[in-house]
Amino acid sequence: MASVEQIDGTGPSGEDGVRRRDFINIAAVSFAGVGAVAVVLPLIDQMNPSADVLALASTEVDLSAIQPGQAIKTTFRSQPLFVRQLTPKEIAEADKVDPSSLRDPQTLEERTVDGKKQWLVTMGVCTHLGCVPLGAGEGENRGEFGGYFCPCHGSSYDTAARIRKGPAPKNLEVPKYSFTSDTAILVG
Amino acid sequence: MSFPWAEQYTPKHPVMQWVDEKLPLPRLVYNAVGAGYPVPRNLNYFWNFGVLAGLALVIQIVTGVIMAMHYGANDLVAFGTVEQTMRDVNAGWLMRYAHANGASFFFIVVYLHIFRGLYFGSYKAPREMVWLLGLVIFLLMMATAFMGYVLPWGQMSYWGAKVITGLFGAIPVVGEPIQTWLLGGFAPGNASLNRFFSLHFLLPFVIAGVIILHIWALHIPGSSNPTGVEVKGPQDTVPFHPYYTAKDGFGAGVFLIAFSILLFFAPNFLGHPDNYIEANPLSTPAHIVPEWYFWPFYAILRAFTVDFFFIPAKLLGVLAMFASILLLFFLPWLDTSPVRSGRYRPMFRKFWWILLADVAVLGYCGVAPAAEPFVMISQIAAAYYFAHFLIILPLISRFEKPLPLPGSITEAVLAKYGKTDGESAAVPAE
Repeated sequence: MASVEQIDGTGPSGEDGVRRRDFINIAAVSFAGVGAVAVVLPLIDQMNPSADVLALASTEVDLSAIQPGQAIKTTFRSQPLFVRQLTPKEIAEADKVDPSSLRDPQTLEERTVDGKKQWLVTMGVCTHLGCVPLGAGEGENRGEFGGYFCPCHGSSYDTAARIRKGPAPKNLEVPKYSFTSDTAILVG
Repeated sequence: MSFPWAEQYTPKHPVMQWVDEKLPLPRLVYNAVGAGYPVPRNLNYFWNFGVLAGLALVIQIVTGVIMAMHYGANDLVAFGTVEQTMRDVNAGWLMRYAHANGASFFFIVVYLHIFRGLYFGSYKAPREMVWLLGLVIFLLMMATAFMGYVLPWGQMSYWGAKVITGLFGAIPVVGEPIQTWLLGGFAPGNASLNRFFSLHFLLPFVIAGVIILHIWALHIPGSSNPTGVEVKGPQDTVPFHPYYTAKDGFGAGVFLIAFSILLFFAPNFLGHPDNYIEANPLSTPAHIVPEWYFWPFYAILRAFTVDFFFIPAKLLGVLAMFASILLLFFLPWLDTSPVRSGRYRPMFRKFWWILLADVAVLGYCGVAPAAEPFVMISQIAAAYYFAHFLIILPLISRFEKPLPLPGSITEAVLAKYGKTDGESAAVPAE
């Protein structure tokens, strides 16, 4: 067999029993494996949001037309976004509540930007099963806590859009946003 | 592979002999579903549903490929092209209704096929691989059906896609990136619709491939039978053709009549009116429900309402829903009784009926509004479902005293028809 191995170029075993052929096998399979992974990466990554989808990943909202007590419904990342200017009465109602009594304890301050307590920006997606709550439109049912009301399974949110009653586990989500001027925000 | 007494394929025509030498495909068919495959002589009509499921897949592929010819996979036009197929394309309404109701019939026959297997112990050795491959087919079917339901881009399509991909969002840390990755965006959109269309077209052919493996695995030990007693000799079997091709043909006739009744007289009976409204991301339908064949699993998903330690309820529901199917992969090793057929297992048989009722209750809760008393009923029913497989089955396998088994298939058949004089007595033609 030794002569055959020499013809094969495998050579005799080294002192530790490792042949040249073993090294070549491992090196070749490893190289092919790295190559396969390198090919799989773009195959997986192509399913992530494309550049045009990501370009819409942030939304600018003009607040100048929203009067106290009014709300608008717009979209952020293809999902409804509620922007509301709270009235002093609504702010007072929200502040009156002891946060520790809530299902998802948060104060209005924690849900708004410093010094802009009247601007409540939340996703319009019920945290129960993703329905769109009512209350942003004129004359819509705002539920017994005066915020938003989800018609699907009766979740009621208060004036700070915190969950107060019904099956939803969390407050309406506050997306990441910042004020670009006194009357405009950039969401996302 | 087959029994030694199987009939041999002997082509007479020189052309067939020539083909047999070059590519023995006719031989393969002859040995798989022809006279060359010996089958137990005592199969009842519950053994029709495998072939009927195959027929349903063929209906789905034919109508589906035609539907794809008239469909535009783009969120701006998808809803319109489906409506156009219904109204303007010649026989388009027939293709779409056949495809939509065909999916329901596919699931009906597959569920009957699965419960047949559960009752008669078809999942037991030596047929474990048949069972496992069947479950793979079932999972592929569910994925295919879900993605197909999204394609008309109606309200239920959109919100169904949102809720179902939202399940992945419940996974901690990686959940939201996975959901975004699946959808190709932050909510269902054009990217989601296109990839669902692509996969919805592909997966049925993957299913067809796994079906071939399923039948291959079945034909190694051969078909089981209602007694669960293995074939002992030539007197226990008849050739698949013409005996079971005829019996399956009759079943196919009944199947097609039932299918036609629904298709032509109540084509929207199993659908949701909301799906005739185009998808609107800003307005949710009042009541989101999946198609009927997902109701039991949807009930298990919603059965979890409270967090358990640090695991949120939503994640528990998702885990339980997937576990309810993955559990079935372990069934051949959970039921350790050597007796296969429920006919000879008095306790097992009772619990099989309870399981059937339990799944029906879960289905009922899956479509009911998420309120009491349905939440509590689905919690109990979901708990029972898991208990059946994890506790009850292993226990009855250990303690049950099975009834005496017949000596052979032939003995069981002859006992039924009052003959005792061995294999010379032919079963009377009926």
